Amino acid sequence: MAKPLVKVAGLSRYFDVSAPWLNRVLDGQPRLMLRAVDGIDFEINKGETLALVGESGCGKSTVARLVVGLYRPSTGSIVFDGVDMAGLGGRAEMAPIRRRLQMIFQDPYASLNPRWRVSAIVSEPIRAFNLIKDEAAIVARVGQLLRQVGLSPVDGEKYPHEFSGGQRQRISIARALSSQPEFLVCDEPTSALDVSVQAQILNLMKDLQRQLGLTYLFISHNLAVVRHIADRVGVMYLGRLAEIGPKSTVFSLPRHPYTRMLLDTIPDLDMTGRQRTPVAGEVPNPINPPSGCAFHPRCPFANDRCRSERPEPKLNDTGSITACHAVEEGRLPAGPLTAAA
Amino acid sequence: MAALLEVEHLRIEFPTRRGTLVAVDDISLQIAEGEVLGVVGESGAGKSLTGTAIIGLLEPPGRIAAGEIRLMGRRIDNLPYEEMRKIRGKQIGAVFQDPLTSLNPLYSVGRQLVETIQTHTDMSPTQARTRALELLHEVGIPAAERRIDHYPHQFSGGMRQRVVIALALCVNPKLVIADEPTTALDVSIQAQIIALLKRLCRDHGTAIMLITHDMGVIAETADRVAVMYAGRIAEIGPVRSVIKEAKHPYSHGLMGSIPKINDEKERLDQIEGSMPRLTEIPPGCAFNPRCPHVFDRCRVERPELLDTGVTQASCWLYAHG
Amino acid sequence: MAIWRNFTDLVRRFLASDVYYSFKRSPTVVVAFALTMLFMVSAAFAPWIVPHNTYEVATLNLMDAFLPPAWVQGGKLTYLLGTDDQGRDVFSTIILGARVSLLVGFASVALALTMGVALGLIAGYVGGVTDSVIMRVADVKLSFPAILIVLLIDGVARGILPRDVHDKAAVYVIVLAIGLSTWIQYARTVRGLTLVEKNKEYVQAARVIGLHPMLIMFRHVLPNVMGPVLVIGTLGLGIAVLTESTLSFLGVGVPPTEPSLGTLIRIGNNFLFSGEWWMAIFPGLFLVILVLSVNLLGDWLRDALNPKLR
Repeated sequence: MAKPLVKVAGLSRYFDVSAPWLNRVLDGQPRLMLRAVDGIDFEINKGETLALVGESGCGKSTVARLVVGLYRPSTGSIVFDGVDMAGLGGRAEMAPIRRRLQMIFQDPYASLNPRWRVSAIVSEPIRAFNLIKDEAAIVARVGQLLRQVGLSPVDGEKYPHEFSGGQRQRISIARALSSQPEFLVCDEPTSALDVSVQAQILNLMKDLQRQLGLTYLFISHNLAVVRHIADRVGVMYLGRLAEIGPKSTVFSLPRHPYTRMLLDTIPDLDMTGRQRTPVAGEVPNPINPPSGCAFHPRCPFANDRCRSERPEPKLNDTGSITACHAVEEGRLPAGPLTAAA
Repeated sequence: MAALLEVEHLRIEFPTRRGTLVAVDDISLQIAEGEVLGVVGESGAGKSLTGTAIIGLLEPPGRIAAGEIRLMGRRIDNLPYEEMRKIRGKQIGAVFQDPLTSLNPLYSVGRQLVETIQTHTDMSPTQARTRALELLHEVGIPAAERRIDHYPHQFSGGMRQRVVIALALCVNPKLVIADEPTTALDVSIQAQIIALLKRLCRDHGTAIMLITHDMGVIAETADRVAVMYAGRIAEIGPVRSVIKEAKHPYSHGLMGSIPKINDEKERLDQIEGSMPRLTEIPPGCAFNPRCPHVFDRCRVERPELLDTGVTQASCWLYAHG
Repeated sequence: MAIWRNFTDLVRRFLASDVYYSFKRSPTVVVAFALTMLFMVSAAFAPWIVPHNTYEVATLNLMDAFLPPAWVQGGKLTYLLGTDDQGRDVFSTIILGARVSLLVGFASVALALTMGVALGLIAGYVGGVTDSVIMRVADVKLSFPAILIVLLIDGVARGILPRDVHDKAAVYVIVLAIGLSTWIQYARTVRGLTLVEKNKEYVQAARVIGLHPMLIMFRHVLPNVMGPVLVIGTLGLGIAVLTESTLSFLGVGVPPTEPSLGTLIRIGNNFLFSGEWWMAIFPGLFLVILVLSVNLLGDWLRDALNPKLR
C-alpha cells in the first residue's frame, strides 16, 4: 500500500479552562484541563476521504484545526507527506506545507470577510504564497476557479452578502482550491446548508476530488452525509476514537457499542417502521471524563474492567479498529444491539 | 374528523422601504385533533413564520395581510393581545429551537412551571407544584424532585428541551407548535426528544405542528407533511406518500437530495440553483426557473393546490385530471 | 482608474445603504449634519471668510472696544455680534476660535483613535500577557478623571517648557493631553470586537494560509471593527471640543492671543456682570450648537450602525 499522505499518531490537545490565576489561588481550586482530543491515531491515504463523526464536544473539530495547524498539538505528531509538522519552526518553513493543505469551514456567513470582494477573497492564498506574480494572470485564475465551483467569473466583482449560503460555500471552496492544495480539511461544510444545497455542495466536492485527486478529512455529525462522501470513517467519543475503519465495515458491521447506537439514532427515511432505540443518557462533561472507557456510563455492556481500564484500539477481523474491552473479549453479540439492550 | 386548526389563505407581509415582501403567500392547511402535521422547507420558505402567526407572536413590522386562522372554529388571528395570551399556553403550546431562550434564566424551572400552571388554571400552589413534578417525571427528567428547584443553566441542552416541552404541555393544550425542536441537539438526544414528543402526543391526544428542515424527523414523527417553497405550499399529503412518491417536482427533488443511510449512490440528485430571495420571486410558479418539467403555463400562471391522487401539489402537471 | 472605480462603487453602496436611508428619514440629523458641515467648512476657511482678521493686532482699534451687537443701540453694522475689550470683532473671533477648537478636537480624536485602535487590536488579537498589560494600563487610566490627566500633562509641560515656547506649543500639549486621556475607550471597544472577529472563520482561513498576524489584524480584522470606532470618534469629537474649552476657560488651554471658544468664554465671563453679555453669550451659544450637532450626529450613527435597533 502507498505511503499515507497524512499520518496522525498519539495526537492530543488539552485546553486550560481553569479560572484566572488569582481566583484559582484564592478559591483553592486546581487547574482544570479540558481534554478536547485525547490520544488518537489515524492515517489518510492519497485521494481518499476520511470522515470523523461524533456528537458535539467529541473533539472532531479540534482534530481538524490541529491538522491544519490552527492549534499546536499538546502531544503526538502530525506527519504530512513525510514531514512532521511539529518540527517546522518559522513561517517560512511552514509555507510549502501550508500551500498544500487548505480548510473549508462550517459557517458560510462567517468564513468570508464581509468587507472584501469575492475576487480578493479567492486570490488571497495565491498572493500569500506568491504563486502567480502577474496581475492579469491572477484575474484569469480567479475566473477559472469560480467557474470550477459553478459560479461565474463576473461574480468576483461582488461582495459576499450578495450571495446565498450555498454560493458562499462555493466561494469558500474556490478560495481553498486557489493554492492548488492536495489535502482539504472540511469542518462540517454542509451542516449550515439546506438539504437541496447540501446535495449540490457534496456533489461538487466529489467531482473536484475526482478531477483534482484531492484528499479529504471530512468532519461531520451527520452519519448519512458521511456515508455518502467517505471512504473510511472514524467515530469519535469524548476526544477518543471509538472505532475507525472502511465505510462499508463501519456502517454494515459496526463493532463498538457507541457506533451501533449512533447508527440506530438515524431517522428512518425509508419508513420501514423500524423501532429506534435512542441512546440513553447524554455526553458527559469532557473536563471530567469518566474513568476507563469514556463511554461506560452509557454502555449496556460495561463491566468493572470498562470502568477502570482505558481500552486500546485493536484491529478486528473485519478490518476496522475498535477501542472496546467488550469487543476484544468477544462479549458482544455480533448482530443488532436492540436484542441485547 | 373535525379540524382542530384551520389556516385559510394566510398571507404574511413585511413592509420594507424597498417594497412589501410577501413571506407567506396564500397558505391553507388543517390539523385534525391528535394529528402530527410536519412542515418542511428550506430556510426562508416561511415555515417558521406560519407557526409564529398561528401562536400570534408575529413580530412587527411583519403582519397578517390576508386570510384566517381558526382554532376549533374560533377565529384567533384578529384577537387582542390579552385574549391571545390566554389561548397561548392554555390551548396552544410552543416549543422552540433554542431551549435556553424559551426559559427565564432567573427563575428555577419549578417556579416557571408553577407560574404557568397557575396562570391558566385555578390550582393552589401546592397542587400546581405537584402537577409540575408530574410533568417533569413525564418528560423524563431524572430525579425530578431535586431538579425542580434547579435553574435552566444547570440543565444540559437535551434536558432543557424536555423542560420546555413540559412547559408547553402544562395545561394540556390541544395543539403544540414545535419549531425546530431538535435542531440544536445532538443526534442521540434528537432521537430521545422525538420519541418523547411522539409518546406525549399519543398519551394526551395533542396535535403537533412540527416545523423542521429535517425530513428524517418528519418521517419518524408526522402523519401528514406540508412541503413549503418560497412562502407557498408545494405539496401536502400523508408523510409516506410524500417521501416515497412525491408528486411536486420540488418535493421530489428534495427527497432525492437527502443522503440516505442505506443507499449507495455515487451522486445525490440535485436541484440546480437556490430558492429565490423574497424580493425576486418569479411570476407564475415560484419553482419554475429550477423545475426540470417547466412549461409555458408555469411561467405565467400560479398553480393552486391540485389533487394528484394521494397528495395535493401546486403544480400544473396535475391540471389535466 | 481602480481608485476611481472603488470610489464610485463606495458612493453607490452608500446611497443604497440603510445608513443613508435612516439619515434621509431623520430631519434632526440632517439639520445637525448641515450645521456640523457649516462649522467645519467655515472653520477650515476661517482666515479667508472672517470680516476682520483679529489675529492682526495692527488692525485693531481700541476705540471700537466694548461695542454691543449691531441690532442693539450703539452697535455698528461692521461688528455684527459686537466687539470685545480689545476691539476685536466677536463674530470673527468666534469663527477663528471654532477653528482652533475643532483643530484641537480633530487632532486629539485622531491621536486617541490611532493609539486606541492599534492597542485594542493588538490586545484583542495577541491576547495573553500583552492583553493583560495593555488593559491594566487602561484600567489605571480609567480610574482618574480625564480632566485631571489633561491638567497633569499640561502642568508638566508648563513646568519644563519656557513660557514663550509653551505658548507656541500649547495647542500640541493640549492635543497630546486630550488624546492620551481618551484612547482607552477606543482600545476597549476595539479589543472586544477583535475578540469576536478573531474567532470568526474568515480570520481562521487567513491563519490557515499562514498570513502574518499583523496582516490579519490590519487587513482582515480592522475593516470589520471600524463601524463602532467611527461612532466613538464622532462622540469623542464633541467631548474633545468641550474638554479643550473647559481647559481654556480655566486658563490652562490655548493662549488668549489666538483664542479658542473656551478662551473667549473666559474673557467674556469677566465682563458678563458689567453688561457686556455678548462677549460670553455668543461664543457659548456657538459651542453649545457645535457640540450638540456633533453629538446628535454621533448618537444617530450609533443607532444607524446597530443592526439590533433597525
